[in-house]
Amino acid sequence: MANDPSYTKQKLKVIGSRVRRPDGVDKVTGRAKYGADHNAPGQLVGLFLRSPHAHARIKKISTARAEKLSGVKAIITSEDLPDLTKGDTAARDILENCMARGRALYDGHAVAAVAAVDEQTARKALKLIKVTYELLPHVTDVDEALKPDAPVIHDYLYTNGVEPRPTKPSNLYNVAEFGHGDVDAGFAQADVVVEKSYKTEQVHQGYIEPHACVGSVNPDGTGELWVTTQGHFTYRSVCANLLGMDIAKLKVTSSEIGGGFGGKTHVWIEPVVLALSRKANRPVKAVMSREEVFRASGPASSTSIDVKIGAKKDGTITAAFAALRYQSGPFPGAIPGMPWAAIGAMTSFACYNLANVKTLGYDVVVNRPKVAAYRAPSAPMIAFAVESTMDMVAKELGIEPLDLRIKNAAREGTRACYGPVYGPIGIGATLQAVKNHPHMRARLKKNQGRGMACGFWFNFGGQTCADLNIATDGSVTLTVGTIDVGGSRASLSLIAAEELGIPYKQVKAHIGDTGSLGHNDTTEGSRGTFSSGMAIVFAARQAIEVLRERAAIMWEIPIEDIIWKDGHAKARGSKYSRLKPLSLADIAAQSPSTGGPIAGHNESVPDNAGVSFASHICDVEVDPETGGTRIIRYTVIQDAGKAIHPTYVEGQMQGGAAQGIGWALNEEYIYGDDGRLQNPGFLDYRIPVCSDLPFIDTQILEIPNPNHPYGVRGVGETSIVPPLAAIGNAISNAVGVRMDHTPMSPPRILKALEQLHAS
Amino acid sequence: MAAVLVSTTINGDAVEFACPPQESLLAVLRDRLGLTGVKEGCGTGDCGACSVTLDGRLVCSCLVLGAEVDGREIATIEGMAENGKLHPLQENFIEHAALQCGICTPGFLMAAKVLLDRNPQPTETEIRYALAGNLCRCTGYDKIVRAVQATATELRQLEKKKSRRKKSKKS
Amino acid sequence: MINVSFTSSFRAALGGADALEMEATTLRELMRILVAKYPRMQGHIDDGIVLAINGEIYRDNRDVEIQDGSEVFLMPRIQGG
Repeated sequence: MANDPSYTKQKLKVIGSRVRRPDGVDKVTGRAKYGADHNAPGQLVGLFLRSPHAHARIKKISTARAEKLSGVKAIITSEDLPDLTKGDTAARDILENCMARGRALYDGHAVAAVAAVDEQTARKALKLIKVTYELLPHVTDVDEALKPDAPVIHDYLYTNGVEPRPTKPSNLYNVAEFGHGDVDAGFAQADVVVEKSYKTEQVHQGYIEPHACVGSVNPDGTGELWVTTQGHFTYRSVCANLLGMDIAKLKVTSSEIGGGFGGKTHVWIEPVVLALSRKANRPVKAVMSREEVFRASGPASSTSIDVKIGAKKDGTITAAFAALRYQSGPFPGAIPGMPWAAIGAMTSFACYNLANVKTLGYDVVVNRPKVAAYRAPSAPMIAFAVESTMDMVAKELGIEPLDLRIKNAAREGTRACYGPVYGPIGIGATLQAVKNHPHMRARLKKNQGRGMACGFWFNFGGQTCADLNIATDGSVTLTVGTIDVGGSRASLSLIAAEELGIPYKQVKAHIGDTGSLGHNDTTEGSRGTFSSGMAIVFAARQAIEVLRERAAIMWEIPIEDIIWKDGHAKARGSKYSRLKPLSLADIAAQSPSTGGPIAGHNESVPDNAGVSFASHICDVEVDPETGGTRIIRYTVIQDAGKAIHPTYVEGQMQGGAAQGIGWALNEEYIYGDDGRLQNPGFLDYRIPVCSDLPFIDTQILEIPNPNHPYGVRGVGETSIVPPLAAIGNAISNAVGVRMDHTPMSPPRILKALEQLHAS
Repeated sequence: MAAVLVSTTINGDAVEFACPPQESLLAVLRDRLGLTGVKEGCGTGDCGACSVTLDGRLVCSCLVLGAEVDGREIATIEGMAENGKLHPLQENFIEHAALQCGICTPGFLMAAKVLLDRNPQPTETEIRYALAGNLCRCTGYDKIVRAVQATATELRQLEKKKSRRKKSKKS
Repeated sequence: MINVSFTSSFRAALGGADALEMEATTLRELMRILVAKYPRMQGHIDDGIVLAINGEIYRDNRDVEIQDGSEVFLMPRIQGG
């Protein structure tokens, strides 16, 4: 069957080779065009006025003086953005996040936008807009927001998921429960029960490229948007719906993307830029400043988590429980039925085989920016809590933490904590690899410690559409609708070359704009290489059918007598011995006279992207004088299913680990009592720099995904999940303090050391 | 305020431009001269994406004014490949997958080139500190450091070959 | 006969049940029967739902055949980064 996704165990020739990416030269010469690198004729500069208050009623916005300023071409407030969302609350929240409607809900919330002939004029205009605010009580901390006397941010939010329905609105907008078995009975069987509460502070995806776009809307209702995004088809439908445009009349082109990590899955400035363009009847370009990126584009949740694990003396875990409180910013999570704490709750104990498990996810609104997905969204925080507690259980039992994990590891047939039963999975294999890794036997010095932790992520497929076109010289063009952030064009070209039996160099992959392909879901959930790769496999197989047909025409023999092998059409049987195999180029050259262009297409919804597991090992050195922690050595072991391009898989594993290290040690949003973000810049929000990190060793395991022809699983996200706990465990082993609050920054470690010495 | 007229040299070519006195060199390069290989990640000198050299010294172009570069020499990423040939650093960044999204790559290449021009045999630590002013969020820096190490080795071997050739000519 | 089980969050919509036995040949048919019997499930389905057949997760496809004796698990739709 042409479109059978089953794993074929076929021998692979080009897949797995470390080829050079097709966009490499453009990116090392500065030619690659990112969001801010595009300009349109006659474009205006768009700038945003943002609320300095965490929560305030907007009593009046006076734009008259700004409008009179020479060079100002359009000013937008929420009055220019009528609510066309027809009861779609998720869409309405997006609209309100793009531009405050009556109330500013966080420091940085847009209240007005200006388009002017240049930046200077636009800046002057922003200063001339007068906004009258009435301050309202605010709350930025997730635990504070749940207190009975907390200011209630929305009078329309009632807790979903509890029976009976509450009679009063609150900041707790959703409660979700997952699990199976009987945890009370399980804890009763336990010889040891460990309970611990944790907090993790808010972090940002920290992509180096700020949000940027050029929007142009014509009086005839057509428009174009050039934008840095993880999902140009999604941006198209969201923008068109918010602005009352026909989806097909808006063409969205995704630029090269300078990092996204989930932060570019949602619109922020784009609908407003299109609205400015529509009003001014000129193209408008807007680029967020770094401060705006921090204050007003999606960070990940800050959290507060309780974990309880019970185990028998032999190490068998009898019960596990977690309560997760995640804040979403001022709006419910991006997917109505699946807010952030709920996702975290589902991932919580996914690494383990548990008879009794229960998790509760409490989702909370606060006066902070709207939370967006960040690489394996919601998983790193709960993994920090669970994997730290696992080490504490091991210590109580006198068992090696690694052995406790091996004993309880999930395997094929295990019921996952989020419900279904696992097929073949790799957690056991990654743990065995940890056991066998030389890193585990390396010597440690004074104040140094080693920790390890596991992580899980789901991975997704999603709607996908791809074209494969063969030129008359036999070169092959791929057009895909998932964006390329880490070399996926190379991986997809490898897949096409493998299927067609031609060299990698004969294939060139492009990202199509929304006018050149059908809808593609946003590139998230580690789906790029998995789902577009699957679509390319099927498109290539369709093209091979066409190639066989054309060979049949050229040879004037029945198509049934022709097979496709090693990039050639071959006639089967001794009667055809005179027929020399036809290469793809031979057939392509004759295509004008054998029926026209040769192509393959695929539109599909690949499912079963294959869950992914990783185990990380980390050595740290803690300076007891300063509380500073240095990563001395780091090893990432992950199941990739099948690494199409091993170097780029390693890159995903290293990059995720580095982000997790930043989350663990440095990164945090710091809010003042006034509800304002105090560190909206890279100087004070410090992501890891080159001198902070060692080389990050990687070991790729390949446990094939049964639902992909080559066994591919998503690989992009899982690597950010284990580092927080791996580092916390290493710190505990180095200096004897159990950290329960990230980032584990020098002041927090010093405080913990002081408490340790005092007791 | 009246624009300032500036004569300068960029990637070896004489260039003239006029800009308001408060405009950054970064804005001049990107918006007036079309050199968009120079990237803006922060505008505050924290990320290094806008790194260029000014008279051979590595600077964040967002922290330099356009008006300051009169009579001086600027090099940007656009001038790194010479005579249609990529610089060994550029080759090795591709070969070692030292870039994922690539937005920080021009800045890293400029910083790495300044390092290797001054110190052809840097240790890993020297490389890491020389590149500490450039932020990368994708790679964890592993493959960037390896690409610079590989280039340093390559360039040293090239130098050796050259000097051997010179010697054999003399004798 | 198919064993259908649900994430705990759906319990209220199912009148307290978290497992059912049902007859259906595809996921689409299963969801149709389910909503007919438990109208409150429509809300969860509108919010987004993921189905697993014997552990294989279907986020979008609904025309997947279900073999007799299979276990189907329903849970909320998830998002990635």
